[in-house]
Amino acid sequence: MTAHRSARDEILGRVRSALAGVEPTPEPVVAPRAVHDPPRSHAQVVDLFAERVADYRAAVDRVAPADLARHLASLFAATERVVVPSGLDGVLRAAVSHPVVDEELSAAELDTVDAVLTTACVGIAETGTIVLDHGPGQGRRALTLVPDRHVCVVHADQVVPDVPDAMARLATSVARGRPLTWVSGPSATSDIELTRVEGVHGPRVLHVVLVG
Amino acid sequence: MSRTFVGMPPFPTAAREALGDTQLRHNLAHATGVIRDKRLRLVEEQGDLWEPLRLAGAAVKQRALDDLATHLERLEESLTAAGATVHWARDAEEACRVVASVARSHGVDEVVKVKSMATAEIELNEHLEREGIAAWETDLAELIVQLGEDLPSHILVPAIHRNRAEIREIFLRRMAVVGRPAPADLTDEPEVLAGAAREHLREKFLRAKVGVSGANFAVAETGTLVVVESEGNGRMCLTLPEVLVSVVGIEKVVPTFAELDPLMRLLPRSSTGERMNPYTSMWTGPSAPDGTADGPQEVHVVLVDNGRTRALADETGRQALRCIRCSACLNVCPVYERTGGHAYGSVYPGPIGAILNPLLTGTGVDEQTDSLPYASTLCGACFEACPVRIDIPEVLVHLRSKVVDGHRDDRPPKAEAVAMKAAGWAFADASRLGLVEKASGLSGRVLARLSRTTLPGGRPAAGRLPGPAAAWTGARDLPAPPAESFRAWWDRTDGGRSERGTSYDQQQGTSRPYDVPEES
Repeated sequence: MTAHRSARDEILGRVRSALAGVEPTPEPVVAPRAVHDPPRSHAQVVDLFAERVADYRAAVDRVAPADLARHLASLFAATERVVVPSGLDGVLRAAVSHPVVDEELSAAELDTVDAVLTTACVGIAETGTIVLDHGPGQGRRALTLVPDRHVCVVHADQVVPDVPDAMARLATSVARGRPLTWVSGPSATSDIELTRVEGVHGPRVLHVVLVG
Repeated sequence: MSRTFVGMPPFPTAAREALGDTQLRHNLAHATGVIRDKRLRLVEEQGDLWEPLRLAGAAVKQRALDDLATHLERLEESLTAAGATVHWARDAEEACRVVASVARSHGVDEVVKVKSMATAEIELNEHLEREGIAAWETDLAELIVQLGEDLPSHILVPAIHRNRAEIREIFLRRMAVVGRPAPADLTDEPEVLAGAAREHLREKFLRAKVGVSGANFAVAETGTLVVVESEGNGRMCLTLPEVLVSVVGIEKVVPTFAELDPLMRLLPRSSTGERMNPYTSMWTGPSAPDGTADGPQEVHVVLVDNGRTRALADETGRQALRCIRCSACLNVCPVYERTGGHAYGSVYPGPIGAILNPLLTGTGVDEQTDSLPYASTLCGACFEACPVRIDIPEVLVHLRSKVVDGHRDDRPPKAEAVAMKAAGWAFADASRLGLVEKASGLSGRVLARLSRTTLPGGRPAAGRLPGPAAAWTGARDLPAPPAESFRAWWDRTDGGRSERGTSYDQQQGTSRPYDVPEES
């Protein structure tokens, strides 16, 4: 024993003595889920996703897989500087006329581009949320943060009904050490008189392209 | 120079001053009204799911607290395995020293900060300032407070007491002093003000080497920290700097990743009244999945006690550590809505502050903290709104008894203690009570004669009384005691039997077993 216990040992010791006699609950808590009668079809879930994303004043386009490349191309003006993750699927990349490929661009360099094009990992219908796990087509976190416009391609089969479904899909990514970014609409604040204003530090425009 | 809450007067004094500020009351009534309506709409949208969800949220946080040492050890293990450096801090001073030493080891004179209650609680900015390190607040409301050399007054929206015109004035006057000036043609439109903050802070984000954050949740199982935000300033601070220090209260631990589920559904609806907040970041150490670096490659986590174990040792009070800092209790509180947050004298204002501050620092230490459990009408709106079901009224009453216990041996005793002792003496014996009632009836007759105040219904009342009684009568009318006590009436009329028109027997079969005098 040393005369001065470490902060760690002292805090853990205080915690243990504060909780003397308290029985721990070993089993994780499973939260209730919304029950729909009749159950919602996947098509209805995807419709709800589109509606809820739009509620945040994000743009939502629904396109058939065959039209995706053409539609994406129409979203970017020829003069726009669009950055794409180096791992972005070739078809999507081809939709941008002169893409800036992210090869460890600095934050200052990212600040000079107009838009970013990525895919996503999961869409949550109930809350209108897209979740990125920053896999190959989604780029590192700064990529979808610094540019002012984020165009995000979400496939219908990536859309789940609610948060618990998303947590189940994301568990593997987290176990592998991947960071997650949950995005619900464009950057916003309610700090002035609690009135919501879209557009602060993150992308001021969020454009979701829902495929299928 | 930033201000702190040190030396704030007790709640009643501070509240009286705040109540005199009509602009403040207008700003607060507007803002809390807006957020209450938004929250209520979303809670209704959840229908029958909301209550079970609250129970699940409470159960997750309680499960974490009930075996906190085990979960903390697991968190440390997971964080270390993910490449983060874990520090432990017994108190505010120790936590500040850790952050300062990380900043100094990188030779920086500034850090960018994500809004964090833990760093406000430990007064990190003031500590860093003394060491010559500028801490830039990047949340819009925190920026308004910092630029205005003001104090926070709300957990979620620290500048809730400011309206758009005041914010415009602060931006015009102060932005130029610390960085990029506000545009000269700045209007008071919220969009324009948010745009000015974007321009002002962007250069700070792009050059910052060290970021400082708190965390909404820390997952023991995976070592994942979670920051829930709206503006993207959090994402900037969490991803652009090379070094990240997160200051996390030990009660922020959540046992497993899956158990974040109810909390992620409860928090945004309860705090900003949204189905989901714009941005949530979850990261697990210095992330380098697939060998590519993403974000700060040096990650520190400071686990802070600073009174939490004291709160944990209080069997009734420990539930307050379930708090997820949503601030729903502030927005529904009739006291908070009128006094605002400054009167509570702490970074944690409102109903949760009224219990959290005494639990963290202990009762009987200073007058200001001891005044907080009384800053409530016990109406219970806070408990109804709390997403993790903290029974705030129960804890308030419990803390009031602790405050009273702490003053039991005071010499001279408080007027309240003397009054309670006298009441105890009188109620202990029927003949003593009879004497007191006679005296009270006499004073009632005198008061009824002299009184110029009458209550609705015509009953005479005492106005402001002198001496210690002024504390009670200063804000309330004390009804004059009735000329005859119930016991004296019972004796005189044989339980009402000898008094016509009022006896129980005659009233049987009606819903009014006693006589209610008609009012003319």
